[in-house]
Amino acid sequence: MELILSAGIGALTASGVYLLLRPRTYQVIIGLSLLSYAVNLFIFGMGRLRVNAPPVLDPAGAGDLASYTDPVPQALVLTAIVIGFAMTALFLVVLLASRGFTGTDHVDGREQRHD
Amino acid sequence: MIRASFAVVASSDTPAGTQVALSNIPNEGNGTIEYAGKLLPVFILAPFAGSLIVIFFPSDQRGATAWFAGAIALVCFLVTAGLYPFVASGGVLHYQLDWIPELGLNFTLRMDGFAWLFSALITAIGVLIVLYARYYMAAEDPVPRFFALFLAFMASMLGVVLSGNLILLAVFWELTSIVSFLLIGYWHHNAHARDGARIALTMTGMGGLCMMVGLLIMGRIVGSYDLDAVLASGDAIRNHPLYLTVLILLLLGALTKSAQFPFHFWLPHAMAAPTPVSAYLHSATMVKAGVFLLARLWPVMAGTEAWFWIVGLAGLTTLLLGAYFAIFQQDLKGLLAYSTISHLGLITVLLSLGSPLAAVAAVFHIVNHATFKASLFMAAGIIDHETGTRDMRRLSGLFHYMPITATLAMVASAAMAGVPLLNGFLSKEMFFAEAIETHLANALDTMTPYVATIASMFAVTYSLRFIHGVFYGSMPKDLPTKPHEPPRWMRAPVEFLVLACLVVGIIPAQTIGPFLHTAVVSILGDRTPQYSLAVWHGWNIPLIMSFVALSGGVGLYFLMRSYLATSIEGPPVFRLLQGQRIFERVLVTLSWKWARSLEQRLGTRRLQPQMCFVVLLALAAGALPLLLGGFKLPPLIIRGIDPAFALLWVIGIACAVGSAYQAKFHRLASLVLLGGAGLVTCITFVWLSAPDLAITQLLVEIVTTVLILLGLRWLPKRIEQPEDSEDLPFRIRLRRLRDFILAILAGGGMMLIAYTIMTRPLPETIASYFLERAYTEGGGTNVVNVILVDFRGFDTLGEIAVLCIVALTVFALLLRFRPQADSLETPEQQRVQNAFDDDHPDRAAGDSVAEYLFVPSVIMRWMFPITGLLAAYLFLRGHDLPGGGFAAGIAMSIGFILQYMSGGTRWVEERLRIHPLRWMSFGLLVAAATGAGSWLFGYPFLTSHAQYATLPIVGKFPLASAILFDLGVFSLVLGATVLMLIALAHQSVRAPRAHMRAARAEKEGVR
Repeated sequence: MELILSAGIGALTASGVYLLLRPRTYQVIIGLSLLSYAVNLFIFGMGRLRVNAPPVLDPAGAGDLASYTDPVPQALVLTAIVIGFAMTALFLVVLLASRGFTGTDHVDGREQRHD
Repeated sequence: MIRASFAVVASSDTPAGTQVALSNIPNEGNGTIEYAGKLLPVFILAPFAGSLIVIFFPSDQRGATAWFAGAIALVCFLVTAGLYPFVASGGVLHYQLDWIPELGLNFTLRMDGFAWLFSALITAIGVLIVLYARYYMAAEDPVPRFFALFLAFMASMLGVVLSGNLILLAVFWELTSIVSFLLIGYWHHNAHARDGARIALTMTGMGGLCMMVGLLIMGRIVGSYDLDAVLASGDAIRNHPLYLTVLILLLLGALTKSAQFPFHFWLPHAMAAPTPVSAYLHSATMVKAGVFLLARLWPVMAGTEAWFWIVGLAGLTTLLLGAYFAIFQQDLKGLLAYSTISHLGLITVLLSLGSPLAAVAAVFHIVNHATFKASLFMAAGIIDHETGTRDMRRLSGLFHYMPITATLAMVASAAMAGVPLLNGFLSKEMFFAEAIETHLANALDTMTPYVATIASMFAVTYSLRFIHGVFYGSMPKDLPTKPHEPPRWMRAPVEFLVLACLVVGIIPAQTIGPFLHTAVVSILGDRTPQYSLAVWHGWNIPLIMSFVALSGGVGLYFLMRSYLATSIEGPPVFRLLQGQRIFERVLVTLSWKWARSLEQRLGTRRLQPQMCFVVLLALAAGALPLLLGGFKLPPLIIRGIDPAFALLWVIGIACAVGSAYQAKFHRLASLVLLGGAGLVTCITFVWLSAPDLAITQLLVEIVTTVLILLGLRWLPKRIEQPEDSEDLPFRIRLRRLRDFILAILAGGGMMLIAYTIMTRPLPETIASYFLERAYTEGGGTNVVNVILVDFRGFDTLGEIAVLCIVALTVFALLLRFRPQADSLETPEQQRVQNAFDDDHPDRAAGDSVAEYLFVPSVIMRWMFPITGLLAAYLFLRGHDLPGGGFAAGIAMSIGFILQYMSGGTRWVEERLRIHPLRWMSFGLLVAAATGAGSWLFGYPFLTSHAQYATLPIVGKFPLASAILFDLGVFSLVLGATVLMLIALAHQSVRAPRAHMRAARAEKEGVR
């Protein structure tokens, strides 16, 4: 389980980082999104992977970490997802505005001689 | 330690020598002292508050503004005077307000005798300056700004002398730098004023920064930033290996502030300030802050060889050079500026000697210099005001026109020159007496008496020049205005100060004596020496030195008189070495030449190399601790792998890699694959018992996809060209290879770290705390939601505020959005559909577009209430079951965007009232108000319902206050998401309009 998820995180990171280094804004935005999946999964994984653990408390007794999932990384990731969305939106609009102003979708706002 | 000749004289001599018996002072109980300490904040608050009020006075109300500012200064002075009995007996007043006590940062004010003496100087001269400025400032000057800055400066300066905490001291110190910048640049239309202000700020500000570092280290050495603690640990500081570092840093602060060589050159340039400012800043305040610090820390820092050399050398050089330069100034204020520098050098030398008697003399001279220099600056201002010039080559014979002012100025100059029966004489005699003592056997100490005599001679020369050149000689010709005596009350401050010089000079022991003694005792404590303030000490070496200086100075003046009457500004030879020019050159070199060449060498405006650098840095930052910390690979566990989960991630990895591969030429495909990776992530969350995350991820995935789809249209077309590996330049292939390797390294590293951590047992975390208390204290069984809206509610409030800001930024950016021409064409599909309509005569134009996806759009319309219901369901169950404000908000916004997709922008907005901005503000207000509501019940911000529900009046309230907070989150998330989506969707409505406008304009142009 851990091996698969960490392989997944690794693949997402690698794809994301490769795209971050590309010259086109659209590539960068896709790269950032992939990277944010990777980071969210990574943070989530810090609470360790639990299959079939109840995430919701039984009102009868106080919860403990042995019988429930770790809520802290989940809470962190939940807000991270929403903020990630906001970041994507902002970056998308900056990308569009930059393209509108400069006429190119190169990250530098102007075409380089090669590629 | 008491071995000065004059101390011997003192003991044999006079009962009038100042020994204030402690019993003479009313012995106050501790309770009264504590009560008096409560008055200390008045010194800071009253002038700052006054400053804020004065700025709103109408600018034509010169009188009222001055009265108000004067009243505040007077109140401060009276409070100071009233506090004297408490400090007189060696008492120390304290006022403490906790600020960040964990870091040792407290708002501590502390007044002992020395701080009292300084407060008295600052406030008393402050009152006089206000009175003087009332008449000095011209009608066209914005007077409220002047008095507002003046009061702010007074508050900062009082803050410096009253700070009982090192950090607070540094804060007030910087405040004096900043406010003095504004005061010096008060006439900001004048380039000299701007330059002077800038140089002063750069020098004193840089010094202040160094001093702050020094104070921080000092605080670390002592273990406390409290001044009392620091003053009690002198030995620890002096013996610490970092002593020299601290010393140099502190001296950089003190010497720049007090304009000591080689930092002295800012002071003459600061003369571009209005004269009341100069009179205040360069007599009693600003420049005295440096020597104040030296004297304040004298008990803990002084007495070492390093202190003696650095402080002494700076002081002696300044004393001599300042006096020498002063002779050659043609500007009255320039002369006074260099004289100030020189006198500050004298005080610095006294403090450098490390002997208690010298410290007494230093404190005494601080007071004396403040009185005569303030009066001289004011007299110079009067001359400038009444004659229209400050150039000594043009001024002469003014005694005839303004005899009273002339007499006053002469007395004050005599005090500056150190003529007997004036206060300047007394402290200068003490200085001479100390100078001939041997403190440390070295060349510097041997030199001191000679340098002192020569500098004193120069002082006589420039003082005489001030008197003789300006007030005597032939009648002045072609002055800008006809000189006359100033208004009665403009002269009053000068009269008062000159009277003080005389009184102190004649009967020192009865006037300044007790106050000086209180100040000295508070610095020196047990080391306070026997000293005498008598005027006559008999025939001794200091008197002979004074005599030499006086006669030599007079002789020198008459030798140089004819040269000075016509010479150009500045001393010969030295005038070529202009401090300002050196300063400007250094500044230009540092901040422009070097910075630019550094930028050219290391920087790039291209984003890709920067990103590459960031990734490399991240890699290094991640790898280094692992390598240094002896990282061991975890054992590989292959067993227990669920084939379905493995298959899921095979798909996920394929999606991720495919998305990366397609991102350049097939954006839509890349987006779809990105969504695939997102879905796999989402399923992973479900699989691994995180339903909350799964819901949110799924919903956000939808919104993100819609958003990017909306944006796709505005990107340029990119047609894939067959990539022949032959055609690609080698550089590009190399770069791709490099990026590929970097990506593999980053991915591999992440995988390794993730795997290592996830295979280790979970240590005890704060999670247990939340799990235990979520239901009992948070009242919800969904721990994740309880954390978000209750335990960490403040974080969530911050996050929704960020969301709000992002949405507004997106909105604002899109308002200015101008698409490129190639994006404006009708999309290909619509063109085909319109062509179809045109070909069929039975169809109107636009029919096909309207009928396109008719069935799905009807279904989508019907889905709206159901989506709303789903959102409400998610929202209400949030506290106990997966869901909550975030998920509900996004679900609801999907409902809205579906309507846009099915009906088009115009159709929706004709039928639905959509006010995302209002929803957002409502959300933020509700969330903040819920948080603030707990204040009403006496609980900290955002305390949740557990307390709220037990209220006796409301009774058992079924809805937790956390639900209200979540409602705020819901409303804001909904508003922000909808705002971003429709702002982007609106572009397609705006674009055709812009297109039509452009076409119309073109047509009209043709016509």
